[in-house]
Amino acid sequence: MSEGAVLDLEQEFGLENPVMPYLRQDRLPHIWCPGCGIGTTVNCFARALTESGMDLDQIAIVSGIGCTGRVAGYLNLDSFHTTHGRAIPFATGLKLANPALKVVVYSGDGDLSAIGGNHLVHAARRNMDLMVVCVNNFTYGMTGGQVAPTTPLGPTQTTMPFGNFENPFNLPFLADACGAVYVARWTVFHVRQLAKAMKEGLQKKGFAFIEALSPCPTLYSRRNRLGDGVAQVKYYKERSTVKNGADTKEVGLSYQGDIVVGKFVDRERPTWLDAMNDHFTKVLGDTYTPYGGAHGQD
Amino acid sequence: MHADPKGVLAGIHFMDGDHAACEGALAAGCRFVAGYPITPSTEIVERFASRIPKIGGVFIQLEDEIASSIAIQGAVWGGKKVMSVTSGPGLSLMMEHIGYAAMTETPSVWVDVQRGGPSTGLPTLPAQQDMMQVKWGSHGDYEIIALSPNSPQECFDLMIAAFNLAEQYRCPVFFMMDEVVGHMTERVAIPPADQIEIVERKWTTKKPGEFTLYATTATDLVPEMIKAGDGYRVHVTGLTHDEKGYPAMNPAAQDSLLRRLRNKIRANAEKLVDVRLDGIEDAEVVVLSYGITSRVASAAVDAARAKGVKVGHLRLVICWPFPETLVKAIARRAKALVFPELNLGQMVLEAERVVAGKIPVIGVPHAGGTVHEPEVILHKILEVAR
Repeated sequence: MSEGAVLDLEQEFGLENPVMPYLRQDRLPHIWCPGCGIGTTVNCFARALTESGMDLDQIAIVSGIGCTGRVAGYLNLDSFHTTHGRAIPFATGLKLANPALKVVVYSGDGDLSAIGGNHLVHAARRNMDLMVVCVNNFTYGMTGGQVAPTTPLGPTQTTMPFGNFENPFNLPFLADACGAVYVARWTVFHVRQLAKAMKEGLQKKGFAFIEALSPCPTLYSRRNRLGDGVAQVKYYKERSTVKNGADTKEVGLSYQGDIVVGKFVDRERPTWLDAMNDHFTKVLGDTYTPYGGAHGQD
Repeated sequence: MHADPKGVLAGIHFMDGDHAACEGALAAGCRFVAGYPITPSTEIVERFASRIPKIGGVFIQLEDEIASSIAIQGAVWGGKKVMSVTSGPGLSLMMEHIGYAAMTETPSVWVDVQRGGPSTGLPTLPAQQDMMQVKWGSHGDYEIIALSPNSPQECFDLMIAAFNLAEQYRCPVFFMMDEVVGHMTERVAIPPADQIEIVERKWTTKKPGEFTLYATTATDLVPEMIKAGDGYRVHVTGLTHDEKGYPAMNPAAQDSLLRRLRNKIRANAEKLVDVRLDGIEDAEVVVLSYGITSRVASAAVDAARAKGVKVGHLRLVICWPFPETLVKAIARRAKALVFPELNLGQMVLEAERVVAGKIPVIGVPHAGGTVHEPEVILHKILEVAR
């Protein structure tokens, strides 16, 4: 559909796309390809923002580099497009400087689990109060379709020209094992569930990790003859099983195989900041003023 | 404005340079440090970790220098004054984020307690081998400021200057210590808070909607700043960006941004001259030095004078930007420059560039591991004075 057709619809029926107020409209059109699922996840995120009822001035979004790394730039929030792999440590500094902010990290599988993998595991271990949305399209889209730590065994990538022989990460298992207090996986077929997970993630105190499986029709699908974006969404629909509370060890993905989706982990652990405050209050007594609130002053 | 008394440990102390640097940062208002342990800088973060809970702020030891060097920038955009602390190998890991700080104009102080390199090199022994790395180490064109203290007292005093410069110019400011300055213990006088001048962040007075993130009409070319959570809904990116902060992938945007980033330092270069001059007026030979080497050079200068040589001493307190006009003026009068450094020739290249062959510029290189013998510098002074 052309851009004009969308605008006509709006003019004719006086309907504004409900996502529009959340977007920097002066930055549109976006860079994502037709059939890409990243925009769908942004739709879900906008719905989660609406339903959470949170003050948008108190939400900051931090992205790394890559196709999903561009999300921050399109959202009408305080937004930070950082360096490759380093969205989580940037977000850590932002959150600790102003604990009143809800800080969301929104990035891709390569950014978060390859170059940024060390930060992912340590932020989960610390239970840093961040919500991490990881859009997993099994490939490096921005650079042209190279193998990622999430690429299942089998498919061809430009740097695995004869098919991938490297074992992939099972991201929910990784996040769970490292201590994330909320872990979920949905696909861009599951828009309601994904939006709900994002809303829960926004409201969760502690490290929340949400994996959103998304097609990359331009590179991953085309190179492997998997059809267009719609074909991948059909695959998600046909092969996904909802198993809330599933053992994350069992939710690894295979090439075009069965997909387990659901909310796998939802538990309580003290956040890094709560642990710091509790510990210092205990050991330092009156000499310590608990740190927190807006700008860390109260 | 004056320093917040909570961070000022006023009084006379006997402390090493690492500890004094930490006290300088606290007095300057630093309330967030992310770090990773590395010799010989670790005492700075150790002290910060033990002092900050009672002052109000955060120390976090992160998983590596890469994380530390970007976490501090998140904290800046959350409203804090920040520093990170490291030594050569850690500095190498931080390079990408030095570029990010330059590109996003994130005021930040980067402490480098230099040790011998390359690679793991000499972890416990001094060098001044990172002087070119801090100037040129991250990819792309950008400008930085670098200060070089030569005593624990200066680790305190100049650290406050470093924080003030970071706020004033919104660029990475390097604090170039070395193992000897970091570990030597001397008298450090910390004045009361009301005698410490602090430069506040250049907060905007504009309201959301009227504010454009990187627009500036100021003569210093430095835009005003905001922090996340105040309703401005800004976008910050390491991509080439326009005045709104939006990505702008075109040569015109690149040209205008990079020239402003360069010119906000270069056009203010004369204001950024901080040197200590000793007898250069009628000097035939002028010794240039910085950091710990300046103390050895002073001994050599005194010895040369005792032998009747007209020798002056120019110590760089701010190494970058290099005091180009001043050194050019000296080159019109003096017969030669002698430039000892604890490296095999780094800042001497800048002196050579500035002097442009008018007079000889004689380096006194040293690979690091200890300081120069004053005699080596003296010998060079006598040689060129003949």
